[in-house]
Amino acid sequence: MTGWSDNEVGARSGVSGNRRQQRPAKLIVDSASKVYQTKTGAVPALEDFHMVAHEGELVCVIGPSGCGKSTLLWSMAGLHALSRGRILLDEKPVVEPDPQIGMVFQDANLLPWRTLQRNIELPFEFKRRKPRDYRQRIDALLARVGLEGFRDKYPRELSGGMQQRASIVRSLSFDPTVLLMDEPFGALDAFTRDEMNLLIQEIWMETGKTIVFVTHNIAEAIFLADRIMVMTPRPGRLSRVYDIDFPRPRPIALTTTPEFVALVADIKASIDHGTRAARGQ
Amino acid sequence: MVDSQLRDSIPTFEKRPASEAAEVDLSNWAALTSGSGIRTWAEVTAIGLVAVVIIGGTEVLLRVFEVPQYIMPTPSQIAMALFTDFRFIAPHVVITLTELAIGFAIGASVGLVLAAVITQFPFVEKIVTPYILLLVTTPMLALVPLLILRFGFGMEPRIIAVALAVGPMVMINAATGFRRVDLAKIALARSFGATTPQIFLKIRVPMAVPMIIVGLMVGSIFGLLTAVGAEMVGGSAGLGNRLAYYSSLIHMPQFFACILILAVIGISIYVFFFWAGKRWASWEA
Repeated sequence: MTGWSDNEVGARSGVSGNRRQQRPAKLIVDSASKVYQTKTGAVPALEDFHMVAHEGELVCVIGPSGCGKSTLLWSMAGLHALSRGRILLDEKPVVEPDPQIGMVFQDANLLPWRTLQRNIELPFEFKRRKPRDYRQRIDALLARVGLEGFRDKYPRELSGGMQQRASIVRSLSFDPTVLLMDEPFGALDAFTRDEMNLLIQEIWMETGKTIVFVTHNIAEAIFLADRIMVMTPRPGRLSRVYDIDFPRPRPIALTTTPEFVALVADIKASIDHGTRAARGQ
Repeated sequence: MVDSQLRDSIPTFEKRPASEAAEVDLSNWAALTSGSGIRTWAEVTAIGLVAVVIIGGTEVLLRVFEVPQYIMPTPSQIAMALFTDFRFIAPHVVITLTELAIGFAIGASVGLVLAAVITQFPFVEKIVTPYILLLVTTPMLALVPLLILRFGFGMEPRIIAVALAVGPMVMINAATGFRRVDLAKIALARSFGATTPQIFLKIRVPMAVPMIIVGLMVGSIFGLLTAVGAEMVGGSAGLGNRLAYYSSLIHMPQFFACILILAVIGISIYVFFFWAGKRWASWEA
């Protein structure tokens, strides 16, 4: 159930038993390194990181806080330039934000001066497309996440879960093929988080998007992922890869089964081991 | 600029670094909106009651102690003067308001544009800011005699003085607004493929609006002050001129009537910007 393999690059995909890994590689991170130049000196955030997300795969990236998870995701989104290495989307290097990539940020990141509807239309304003042509799609998405009655509300009038659902609609509205999610549910309470994870699973199964989901919550990662990439503490390197084969759709009850709990403990131990090793250096 | 800032900043969504937070919750803004408590009829009635007590009390005291009119006219005398002499004062109100409006329009536009431009270039901003501060802190009234020498006794020197008082005030507040950087929001826009001008228009400008409104309010009050002051220094018309005129003739009821009109203008400006803040910047509070 939980075979793990060492650092793998695109060429070696398909070896694993996981069915989705036999599909073509969608997003490839190839020996990515990122060093931030700050006032207090160079901060290495990411070091020689490899990973592949195959088409329609849900990959979770997990690691201790400050290990460069966000850096990795921002680089995938074309918001950051890497110091070394490259990121390929459909075999083309990502150097700037790509309309094929939708990003979901921490804390929903809605604009407080816009209503829900106008927040969701924001991407279309930048692309100079009329949201009217996408109205049907937006309406369907809003209905899908249960927000159709709230389009004229301002973000502050909505709960954290609703805000994050709106931000998911916003990133799906222009139909990207890849969804990058940067600890989207970190600020939510446990129950809302479960609800959101179910929603993500459903949306993912319905749409077949490639999702890279960054989190520091191990249970969340196992519940969602086809594969989990575990990162070391800063500078972030790939330490282990777990294949997660629990059948879909996974119910929340799965999280209390002995297999699930054992896997959580296993991954936790591997992260703790990495943290201790990093401190020992 | 924006992009390089984004590209070389460690992604963080912590509740804003302290330096930025200090900029964001300016006490100005709190002062602008914290007066929102007046809602219930009981509160309005209480405020009205206080006014009645103060005005009535003044009237009674002045009559009881037989204070001469040239020292302090009674409220009823002031009201009477306002009623009978309003048609003489009205043209001067129009002149003062015209000076204020034109000077404010010029000063505020220049201030806004300058703030928007210089905040895009941190180096330029560092160089320019001390001079702007100098303009804010120096009373522009001091320039009026000089301006009169050059432009005469018409409206021009006063309009210029108003613009000089309003501009820096608007600029310094608006610049604070434009300087607010929320990297997460800029990253959001960039991830949707926004260009730098689009980020400016759709992210930075809306984020600056609360501080812009504060700047416009403070600027307009300063403008009124400068307009009236300039009229008192020299000129043949305007409310400031009337104040000097009536006091020289010891026409105290008319003098206080002018003050009353100025108070109404001032409070109207405040109420207008208060309403504007509620309308366009309520998301901030």
